[in-house]
Amino acid sequence: MVLSGNDKTNVKGVFSKIGGHAEEYGAEALDRMFATYPQTKTYFPHFDVSPGSAQVKAHGKKVASALVEAANHIDDIATALSKLSDLHAQKLRVDPVNFKLLGQCFLVVVAIHNPSVLTPEVHASLDKFLCAVASVLTAKYR
Amino acid sequence: MVHWSAEEKQLIASLWGKVNVEECGAEALGRLLIVYPWTQRFFANFGNLSSPTAIIGNPKVRAHGKKVLTSFGEAVKNLENLKATYSKLSELHCEKLHVDPENFRLLGDILIIVLAAHFTKDFTPACQATWQKLVGVVAHALAYKYH
Repeated sequence: MVLSGNDKTNVKGVFSKIGGHAEEYGAEALDRMFATYPQTKTYFPHFDVSPGSAQVKAHGKKVASALVEAANHIDDIATALSKLSDLHAQKLRVDPVNFKLLGQCFLVVVAIHNPSVLTPEVHASLDKFLCAVASVLTAKYR
Repeated sequence: MVHWSAEEKQLIASLWGKVNVEECGAEALGRLLIVYPWTQRFFANFGNLSSPTAIIGNPKVRAHGKKVLTSFGEAVKNLENLKATYSKLSELHCEKLHVDPENFRLLGDILIIVLAAHFTKDFTPACQATWQKLVGVVAHALAYKYH
């Protein structure tokens, strides 16, 4: 699927409103993902995945930074996330279904902290954006 | 048979008690049609679905959203017996309405986001986990009689 001009504007708008909170949102999305979809913890046997863990906070920051980077280079997400795409294909090999689960949790976090920002149109654009990011990250899987 | 802990039952009942079924149902169905526009295929006779504004304001969307979420209320009252509760509706969705069960999952996810936006901080991770489980189980019950 293709991001329209409106989608790109909407996504940039969301991230600009989120501002410096992106890192917290990343961590909270992970916490919620582990609570809601326990099977996702299988990718983190080396982590303390209890809520609020320092490792989850640090990892949430990484995830959020990647989303911010993608939003800032929204015209060419594939180039912006190329290294991450290689990493997921060659090393991490997270099953593609899990990106939807994290995406759902990220949307929930945005809804909780910025309900007025997440109008139906913005919700649609953000959902599309998260799908586009997932597509890029799994593009080199096979 | 799905097992519900006492905590889960409490989280479901207490949240549901505060839900405005008409508003929430309308919002959830509206957002489904906007975020996943291909779902509009089931509502060709609903009139104007040409834009998000048209969809949100569409009285048929609102009415149907209310109907769908009211039915969801039956799940909340019959947590121990969801397959039986939804048996006839499942047959209807398969034989008459021809709805791909994936759509039940999509609507469930949208409902979670509507609840999150409405309840904000009260929609704790435990609450989300419980409700995500509930929408999953309802989707499964609705798909159960498909053949």
